[in-house]
Amino acid sequence: MSKFTESVVSEIKRDYIQKLLSQGSRIDGRSQNDFRKIEVIKNFIPRADGSALVKLGNTQVLVGVKIETGEPFPDTPNTGVLSTNAELVPLASPTFEAGPPGEEAIELARVVDRGIRESKAIDLERLVIKEGELVWIVFVDIHVLDYDGNLFDASALGSIIALKNSTVPASRFGQGEDFPLPIRHYPATTTFAKIGDKIVLDPNLDEENIAHSRLTITTDENGKINAIQKGLEGTFTKDEILNTIKVSIESGKYLRNTFILGDDSK
Amino acid sequence: MGGINKDIKLIDENGKRIDGRSFNELRPIKIEAGVLERADGSAYIEWGNNKIIAAVYGPREVYPKHMQDPSRAVLRARYNMAAFSVDERKKPGPDRRSIELSLVISNALSSVVLLEQFPRTAIDVFIEVLQADAGTRIAGLTAASVALADAGIPMKDLIVGCAAGKVDNTVVLDLNKEEDNYGQADLPVAIIPRTKEIVLFQMDGDMTFDEVEMGLNMAIDAALKVYELQKDALRRKYINLAQEDEQQ
Amino acid sequence: MEKIREIVLPGEEIDLMGNKPGNGIYIENGKAYVEYLGVKTVKSGYLNIIPLSGRYQPQKGDKVIGKVVDIMPSNWVVDINAPYLAPLHVNDTPWKVDFGDTGKYLNVGDTIIAKIMSVNEVKQVWLTMKEPGLRKLEGGHVITVSPTKVPRIIGKDGSMIKILKDMTNSKIYVGQNGIIWIDGSIDSILKVVGAIRLIEREAHIIGLTDRVKDFLSKNKKENDENGRN
Repeated sequence: MSKFTESVVSEIKRDYIQKLLSQGSRIDGRSQNDFRKIEVIKNFIPRADGSALVKLGNTQVLVGVKIETGEPFPDTPNTGVLSTNAELVPLASPTFEAGPPGEEAIELARVVDRGIRESKAIDLERLVIKEGELVWIVFVDIHVLDYDGNLFDASALGSIIALKNSTVPASRFGQGEDFPLPIRHYPATTTFAKIGDKIVLDPNLDEENIAHSRLTITTDENGKINAIQKGLEGTFTKDEILNTIKVSIESGKYLRNTFILGDDSK
Repeated sequence: MGGINKDIKLIDENGKRIDGRSFNELRPIKIEAGVLERADGSAYIEWGNNKIIAAVYGPREVYPKHMQDPSRAVLRARYNMAAFSVDERKKPGPDRRSIELSLVISNALSSVVLLEQFPRTAIDVFIEVLQADAGTRIAGLTAASVALADAGIPMKDLIVGCAAGKVDNTVVLDLNKEEDNYGQADLPVAIIPRTKEIVLFQMDGDMTFDEVEMGLNMAIDAALKVYELQKDALRRKYINLAQEDEQQ
Repeated sequence: MEKIREIVLPGEEIDLMGNKPGNGIYIENGKAYVEYLGVKTVKSGYLNIIPLSGRYQPQKGDKVIGKVVDIMPSNWVVDINAPYLAPLHVNDTPWKVDFGDTGKYLNVGDTIIAKIMSVNEVKQVWLTMKEPGLRKLEGGHVITVSPTKVPRIIGKDGSMIKILKDMTNSKIYVGQNGIIWIDGSIDSILKVVGAIRLIEREAHIIGLTDRVKDFLSKNKKENDENGRN
């Protein structure tokens, strides 16, 4: 199948998913606010300064963190730098193409970046070597390996787990002893798809293909909301948004307690 | 090759290399077939500290259509390194090195795939280096060949390889990262295991004729050992499917 | 009784055991070698390799399920899970279609049962719907399995598919290309999908029929491994 044929949605499948949802069921047997099975392998890439392989159902994302020295931005001379990038390599899906990051990859990277940045997950002020001159630059690289829907949650989860397990390689740069990357907050990201008038958590690819609108919400361990992204062409009502945020706070707790802070990752 | 570095001793007085191997010993290798859901075929290889994943899509229709070959399939391999795969973060996207490696890997695989069976199509092979530790092109090619078989693509044989090289004036097998960085020569070789024909052969560094001959022999012998691991990975994945329940 | 058939791999030399070389075998210097991953089988004096993976290879006469992906003035383009897209010409349908009116009969995203009318030497495929039973499918659900699993899902003389239909009171059509259409109540569709996934996973384990029956008699859904919160 080519990109072209792959992107044609089967009308039978669309009707079936909608019919199921109207009866409260989903195509893979989940309830409305269930995640697929999640598996995390920490430190999958020892050569990186931190890494995590996340399997969310059949979606697989590998996140690697690299930390290097560099100049701070002129307007923030006393903080380190966070740089988040995503590659949707064609290995991961018949619909991905080789080449520079397209708008989907850039949106993914920016939404993940916003969750980490706005929750102040990394204590960037402790990443200054010489104010205004030399700081630590934290590169978060998201490498998608298998695309079966909801890259946002898999990538965001992999990113915070990789960061939490990252070491600043100070000795490699002649800057003293290595130290753990200082992490202050634990943002959790949850994505919802609206299909008809139903809103489901963690859409799989079939659901994503027929979704009208999408909502990605990042919350921290204090129940604060740090980032929101409404995606696709469709709409939400105000009540839908507010309800979904409530669900997101609860679902975020599950991700945080089980995988980010908990020991349910290898 | 970095050339001889007097400060770094790569082979000790007992003939052991810095990772404890003897001159003709392979690094540990692990291969797994069928690791991805979306691809038509896939394989994962760990070769020393290399971690590489390969996927195959196709045969599928070629877009844009002017890329079609009316007489056979076009095999396009793409070798890509993850940003975090090397010590110093690599800027994402192709560079001159990865474009060249994609070409020599495409050529090597095209020598065995029965392309004429699928005119006008493309067989796309994607190799993602997740962690690099010297010898990535051969490890990637070895995984790609397993992924092609996993995708059910007709081919005359698998492709398998190994590199030899020269460190501390000694010809050794399968250079690791330090040996690659500080050694004197690198000699990657890939073969068709049945006929032992050579389908990929490159060299850079400084070797005598006799050293090249010795390296080539060592690399071919080692490749045949890796070939057994490729076959084992494919059999492991498909053994369940081959069993027949006579009651049915 | 369980019999493990030997897996053969590309490039392996194969003993023809007095048979002629069939599918998946090439001859070089008088010796026979395997072309693709599969298992050996002998049929009417030919040794063939049955593939265990790969895309659907269209064969004349196969009935397949396909998805319409493009519309032309006098034909449709159908994705049948093969290396090539397959055109369906207006003359090979039960309808009388005026030039340019193709979209009135089948639209992009529609699913059809069609027959492979011809495959030429450069593998171009043409479909036909001119035969009873070939039609546009409506309602129900479609799933995809590896075409190599189709015989398991149908079972010997259709025994497995009969169990699936009878125990769930649903309509099932298995295309030779691995696309399966299931129609019935939501509950029965979920059960059939679950049973097909079980057959895919466990076809090699003794007592498959009993386990499928057992599965269908319980109220289980396809996936019970999801994370809860």
